[in-house]
Amino acid sequence: MNVNTPQREIDCQGLSCPLPILKTRKAMDELSSGDILRILATDPGSVNDLTSWSNATGHILLSYSEEDGVFVYLIQKR
Amino acid sequence: MESKKQRRMAIIASKGTLDWAYPPFILASTAAAMDMEVGIFFTFYGLTLLKKNIESKVAPHTNPAMPMKMPFGPDKFQNIEWPFPNLIMGNIPGFETFATSLMKKTFKKKGVATIEELRSICMESDVKLIGCQMTMDVFGFSKSDFIKGVDIGGAATFLSFAADADIQLFI
Repeated sequence: MNVNTPQREIDCQGLSCPLPILKTRKAMDELSSGDILRILATDPGSVNDLTSWSNATGHILLSYSEEDGVFVYLIQKR
Repeated sequence: MESKKQRRMAIIASKGTLDWAYPPFILASTAAAMDMEVGIFFTFYGLTLLKKNIESKVAPHTNPAMPMKMPFGPDKFQNIEWPFPNLIMGNIPGFETFATSLMKKTFKKKGVATIEELRSICMESDVKLIGCQMTMDVFGFSKSDFIKGVDIGGAATFLSFAADADIQLFI
């Protein structure tokens, strides 16, 4: 099993600021330390926003990529 | 991160139209999601944002630069900026309701949360909501007009919270 297998995935496609952040926060609250959350978003602002959010909260942004206008993030709970 | 002192944001929400209702609730809910302690002081027209039923509208008359676009139809049609002079059209009865409806539809289509949703999230994330007593007296509101969990206070209540805030905003 890949070490970066997410425990949970949330779909924020089509949502604008600040919903991707608010939904990420809510999902993260329900995870345990070390768990990985996968987030799908289409808001181009989410790139900077989720980076800033991770920095502020101490969760670890493991990776992000873009496929056909969909941003995929993996964030590990601290 | 744990050892860092929790940051604090203090906001004054002084306006009650739909467009001005967004910034306090967007910033407060996001700040709370970033582990900040947040308080919003609702004063003057901002106080109406604490009512159980938010009736905020956009006011085209006072926003001459507001683009007037349609929330339906093909992209090309939606991108047309209609040459409605807001200063004039804003005086026509019903135009405010029409513009409000267009804006709400556009927001929904673009995946923007409603004010009610953002306010609920603020309440769930323990954002302090403080209603201004003086404004309540002036406009004849009572605490029972407001959602549950609202604190009532005045300038000193806000200032004692804001004095220790890292971010202070007047909206």
